[in-house]
Amino acid sequence: MTALAQMYQAAILEHARRTRHRGVLDPADARQEGVNPSCGDELLLTLRFGDDTVSEVRYEGKGCAISQASASLMAEAIEGLGRDEVEALIGHVKAMIHGEGLHPDLGELAVLEGVRRLPARVKCAALAWTTLEAALRTHPAADRSAAEADGEAGADAGAREPDGA
Amino acid sequence: MTDHDVARLRRDFPILERRVNDRPLVYLDSAASAQAPRQVLEAVDRYRRHHHANVHRGAHTLSAEATEMYEGARARVARFLRAGDPRGVVFTRNATEAINLVAHAYGRHRLREGDEIVVTVAEHHANLVPWHLLAAERGAIVRGVPLGADFRVDHDALTAAIGERTKIVATYHVSNVLGNLQPLRAVADAAHAVGALFVVDGAQAAPHVPIDVAALGADAYAFSGHKVGGPTGIGALWMRPEVLETLPPFLGGGEMIRRVEVDRSTYADIPMRFEAGTPAIAEAIGLAAALDYLDDVGLEAIWEHDRALARYALARLAELDGVTTYGPVGPDRGGIVPFNVDGVHPHDVASFLDAEGIAVRAGHHCAQPLMRALGVDATARASFWLYTTEAEVDAFVDAVTRSRAFFAPLTVAP
Repeated sequence: MTALAQMYQAAILEHARRTRHRGVLDPADARQEGVNPSCGDELLLTLRFGDDTVSEVRYEGKGCAISQASASLMAEAIEGLGRDEVEALIGHVKAMIHGEGLHPDLGELAVLEGVRRLPARVKCAALAWTTLEAALRTHPAADRSAAEADGEAGADAGAREPDGA
Repeated sequence: MTDHDVARLRRDFPILERRVNDRPLVYLDSAASAQAPRQVLEAVDRYRRHHHANVHRGAHTLSAEATEMYEGARARVARFLRAGDPRGVVFTRNATEAINLVAHAYGRHRLREGDEIVVTVAEHHANLVPWHLLAAERGAIVRGVPLGADFRVDHDALTAAIGERTKIVATYHVSNVLGNLQPLRAVADAAHAVGALFVVDGAQAAPHVPIDVAALGADAYAFSGHKVGGPTGIGALWMRPEVLETLPPFLGGGEMIRRVEVDRSTYADIPMRFEAGTPAIAEAIGLAAALDYLDDVGLEAIWEHDRALARYALARLAELDGVTTYGPVGPDRGGIVPFNVDGVHPHDVASFLDAEGIAVRAGHHCAQPLMRALGVDATARASFWLYTTEAEVDAFVDAVTRSRAFFAPLTVAP
């Protein structure tokens, strides 16, 4: 199968069911916009966190089939995962789309591997994941647990501030 | 140009022999960057092998040769623009830098709070963002003129927008998205009637139409080397010498000075005043070779060829269901064809075409306000040049037809 057929087979399959995580969580614990300035693709990612897990994920955006499929697959994959697991998964996805191999934990996400043979489109597949990375940075788990352990409510509030903005 | 003429010209472009994804390359992205003929590659190579030294400095033979070739390139640009005095030509990196130069050297010193800069909604970002930066700094206002119903800028609205507070009017000569050539003389006259500077973004015109800056009524004209078959990293600003010589420097450094003390300096005459540091010498010489090539082929013939291909491509695409094209139809329409396959993102279409060796651009084309005016986020865009054949347009239209079937499952609502 050509690189193109392989990639779009995955995108088309995902398209059929991608309504599942579309939308915006309000209120959300993290709200992050992602943009590919070179092509204009846009994504709004909202997350709610449980006890150090990503409990709910919604995304809205416009863009090509690859960026939309990647966002849909991401939402499906990370909901319910621990934050550490999500962070590890981001690393595995980046490695995959840059042609550095398939980690066993990728599961269904492995269908995105084909994009590495369409170099002009790697950034399309990456958008959801870089947006997720930025969302997690606005709501750092380590600071929060450290703050809770120290009983420093002020530091906790500071770390959360960007979410409410 | 006949098919035979185009076939002969194609032999000058070695890259057109390439295969991409096991298919012959069909390069339909010349509006983004044109391919260079061997005459340009050879001119750059010959300069580097035999004549390279720094310009305007050494007393030695190579430096004198390099200076003569570099200044010869400046005179060549002046001749290309029918500008007469080569002192009006400043080498820049590209058209973008040329427009920024005008915004800095002219705009920062001439604009006051409440002054106005008139542009159109169809400008490339290179002819918008420098004015935004200038307006923010000077407290000036940027006014954007809309498109009319026929995809052409509404010139009644454009001349009406020019008023007593207008200090700069800036618009394109050929649109990088809509592909049309604008008649500019009346706009120039309206600008001059209020004492405004008339700036023309010629990036897409220079490869396609004969240019006469005096007949256009331009005060400043900007274009890029790589869009006329020259190298990247070189472009030119032409500005009326009477205006240019009243302006203070843009960048400071070597080559642009008259006398430097440790705490102050005085500046060189034009055009050197605007060329700080060692310039892109080989690239300027390559640009001159590209202009020689264009004039040998003949810009009238190139424009006729572009227009014929655009007519043909637009007619063939109009036969397809589910394909939308943008831009005016008429004798002002050059070889740029933006299009969308309904329900499919243009990046996906471009990837499909690329798999068949066909290079098109997809995205907002650095014209986001125009995309909004067209009611789209992005388009795909095929662009033609002197080496594009009707057979390539056929290959392109056939591939667009097949892309519709390929992506059909994506156009059904989930």
